[in-house]
Amino acid sequence: MISEPKITPELIAEHGLKPDEYERILTLIGREPSFTELGIFSAMWNEHCSYKSSRLHLKGLPTKALWVIQGPGENAGVIDIGDGEAAVFKMESHNHPSYIEPYQGAGTGVGGILRDVFTMGARPIAALNALRFGDPAHPRTRHLVAGVVAGIGGYGNSFGVPTVGGQVGFHTRYDGNCLVNAMAVGLADADKIFYAAATGVGLPVVYLGSKTGRDGIHGATMASAEFGEGAEEKRPTVQVGDPFAEKLLLEACLEIMGAGCVVAIQDMGAAGLTCSAVEMGAKGDLGIELDLDAVPCREEGMSAYEMMLSESQERMLMVIAPGKEEQAEAIFRKWGLDFAIVGHTTDDLRFVVKHKGEVKADLPIKELGDQAPLYDRPWVETPKQQRIDPASLEITGTLPGALERLMGSPNFASKRWIWEQYDHLILNNTVQRPGGDAAVIRVADGPKALALTCDVTPRYCEADPFEGGKQAVAEAWRNITAVGGKPLALTDNLNFGNPEKPEIMGQLVCCLRGIGEAARTLDFPVVSGNVSLYNETHGRGILPTPTIGGVGLLPDVEKMATLAFKANGETILAVGETSGWLGQSAFLAEVFDREDGAPPPVDLELEKRNGDFVRALIEDGLVTAVHDVSDGGLLVAVAEMAMAAGIGATLVSPPAEMSPFAYWFGEDQARYVLTVNGGSKGAVIKRAEAAGIALSKLGTTGGDKIALPGERAIVLEALRERNEAWLPIYMGAGMM
Amino acid sequence: MKAAVILFPGSNREGDVAHAIRQITGVEPAVVWHADTELPAGTDLVVLPGGFSYGDYLRCGAIAARAAIMDAVRAHAARGGLVLGVCNGFQILCESGLLPGVLVRNARLRFICREALLKVERNDTPFTSRYARGAVVRFPVAHGEGNYAADADTLKRLEGEGRVVFRYVMPDGRRDDTQVLNGAANSIAGIVSEKLNVLGLMPHPENQVDPLLGSTDGRALFESMVDALERV
Repeated sequence: MISEPKITPELIAEHGLKPDEYERILTLIGREPSFTELGIFSAMWNEHCSYKSSRLHLKGLPTKALWVIQGPGENAGVIDIGDGEAAVFKMESHNHPSYIEPYQGAGTGVGGILRDVFTMGARPIAALNALRFGDPAHPRTRHLVAGVVAGIGGYGNSFGVPTVGGQVGFHTRYDGNCLVNAMAVGLADADKIFYAAATGVGLPVVYLGSKTGRDGIHGATMASAEFGEGAEEKRPTVQVGDPFAEKLLLEACLEIMGAGCVVAIQDMGAAGLTCSAVEMGAKGDLGIELDLDAVPCREEGMSAYEMMLSESQERMLMVIAPGKEEQAEAIFRKWGLDFAIVGHTTDDLRFVVKHKGEVKADLPIKELGDQAPLYDRPWVETPKQQRIDPASLEITGTLPGALERLMGSPNFASKRWIWEQYDHLILNNTVQRPGGDAAVIRVADGPKALALTCDVTPRYCEADPFEGGKQAVAEAWRNITAVGGKPLALTDNLNFGNPEKPEIMGQLVCCLRGIGEAARTLDFPVVSGNVSLYNETHGRGILPTPTIGGVGLLPDVEKMATLAFKANGETILAVGETSGWLGQSAFLAEVFDREDGAPPPVDLELEKRNGDFVRALIEDGLVTAVHDVSDGGLLVAVAEMAMAAGIGATLVSPPAEMSPFAYWFGEDQARYVLTVNGGSKGAVIKRAEAAGIALSKLGTTGGDKIALPGERAIVLEALRERNEAWLPIYMGAGMM
Repeated sequence: MKAAVILFPGSNREGDVAHAIRQITGVEPAVVWHADTELPAGTDLVVLPGGFSYGDYLRCGAIAARAAIMDAVRAHAARGGLVLGVCNGFQILCESGLLPGVLVRNARLRFICREALLKVERNDTPFTSRYARGAVVRFPVAHGEGNYAADADTLKRLEGEGRVVFRYVMPDGRRDDTQVLNGAANSIAGIVSEKLNVLGLMPHPENQVDPLLGSTDGRALFESMVDALERV
């Protein structure tokens, strides 16, 4: 028998448990925990699994709507999309593993979120991701971009899901801590959703999928700590992905679900066997007894502790319906996967783990989750910044010069080099490909389609967490609207620094309040999400980055809008008020290296009014192109529409009282750019007047240049080349 | 047209090709499991779909080429039956000896998903009769190992016998072996067997049959096969 280490204060600290948390364990079980039990507590009570710092504040989020079938708390959120169909989706971070080992870290992030979706009985139909890297000049950035992108592609392409959209940004505050947020969307019959809660006593608990190895032990604990020196030494805690096994697991799971074999199912994600077994039991008010002798292992001599904490990938735990064991086993064997009965449900609400005839753990199952520490951490509000008066800025240079600079900068440069490494066409339903406002995926043979997007503007969140949180939601809502979709629900991935610092905790609290307020006003509830804290290196936190993944519905995909200009001689219109808001704008950041001032305020009622107006225009076929206005303001929006089409534009002069830079590059919210042809122009203007919507003419499409009054013309082809060039050149410079 | 799509562990574009066949012929193809030993009676066309059979962890297509069903596929091909291998299917055809050469990693070592321009080199095959000879069509590629390689003699024989059916070309329709997206020898995108009844190609005609998804350039390939079978 292997002797287990003694429980010492050092060992407790190595498990990421604070002294008062250990006291809590002693009170709960009335004795010293065994080594295996200590491992189980550390897995269940770390930040990643217990949400101990955020739980209190997540309660304020709106999670309900008529179309919400399942809100937060399950593997993924579920919404009704009509015709008996449901969309199942969630976003999750894999930040620390991706920094340590970018290929496997990002790949297993994709694998984990796909598993969350098909665990609920849904076939994944699309994947998205939001990536944040450090300064391009930082020596590690290129390596991370190459590895993360290859890892996401390597997993998703092999698994067979189209990776259709997302966001990529660079900022020095992510130098030591990149962000990899992966989102997956699946499709299921609304009445055939599978859940984690076990029912029935004495039923077999079955282990399915790949074998258990020693990889990923304490992965979730690692993900819940700050990085210091030697982060790279944590590489052994990163799991290794096997997309082939995951594809087989998908097919086998959907097949046995279809055959009526499954009572409850939970994937083995963070904290593996521990977390999945406890959730199934606790949610179903049942105990679980596991016999680890039956667990399929990849390596010999694995201890109970190692098996309980392994994060080996592509594994599932299920409770099988009585009498269905043989049928379920036959299906798994057909797909070449392991199938083992590793335990059973009990009625004593205990979580019992046996190994080689010994009881290695015997803990109260509900309390493992329910009694996890809950912190109301002290927090302070981020000091408000002054609004920047455009007249106070000494702006030199020209509008064309500033536009060219922006379009060639890392954050605005085309991300084609990235998304061409993702199979974005598989499954034959990608109607709107990467590069638009939202990806559009046809549902089955149509006419319905889903609009999908990932959004957040971290520098707004840093300057004003409340307004930044609102803006992230509004931006996702707007992107779905801009393709003609009705926004239905969102998933959030909250990436922040160390919550034990009051100013960081304040960012989390206020961003959540902003997200909650926007989600409520826009009727865009939160149905799933993930919290990633301790994104700090050497004591410096990342920019607060609450990524919002939005899902919307297009009843008829034929009516979808795209952002490319469609013809010469069409009128370009702006919907929404332009005040020339330059605080925290991309223009100031990229051209003047200034990140200051108050970010643009978000008027949610106005967002709703303007968005509903635009969506109705799209539905009624009155507009030819639509683009939401975000980073970079009106001129960037127009340039993107022009470049996508190869059709130029002649633009008007801004109002006399306004600085042209503020007008063209300001980032006022609730705005869209659209084009109308002669036939519908009058109708659109009339509608706007009747509805009290601000509508202004920006210019006319045509030619091969963007012409601004009194400025040199911007040759579209040259602008496009500049926009396409940055990323391949940057990545090429570091390769053979 | 009675089509059978072979399903290997790790195949993932079987649904895409089945969708295209259903849309064009109105008939749902049979899905045949790799461990089976026989094709459904009366099978006209065998499709080896795209994907990552066995994870492509070994040389891609190498394990699938040895699957139980492949003897039946070889027999079907020997009888003159139509066989279409797309992407991983092309790799499997090469590994199983039904087509010469091999697909190796893309020259730039990265997976590529983008629309490629292809020249239809001949239209007297069962797969291309509905295209004009020399037409330039647009099919997407989605592969990490699509770089066609063969020894000099094999390339010479393929070219001499006119067995290169699809070739990557530049936007002006010109072939440029130095610019080809994956590094393929002679810009080869697709080749046929000596008897013209087995086609392997890396790009995906099945993803280009619906105007909503970009173009319908892929339809003619499936329609050509229907024509060929009707002529028999």
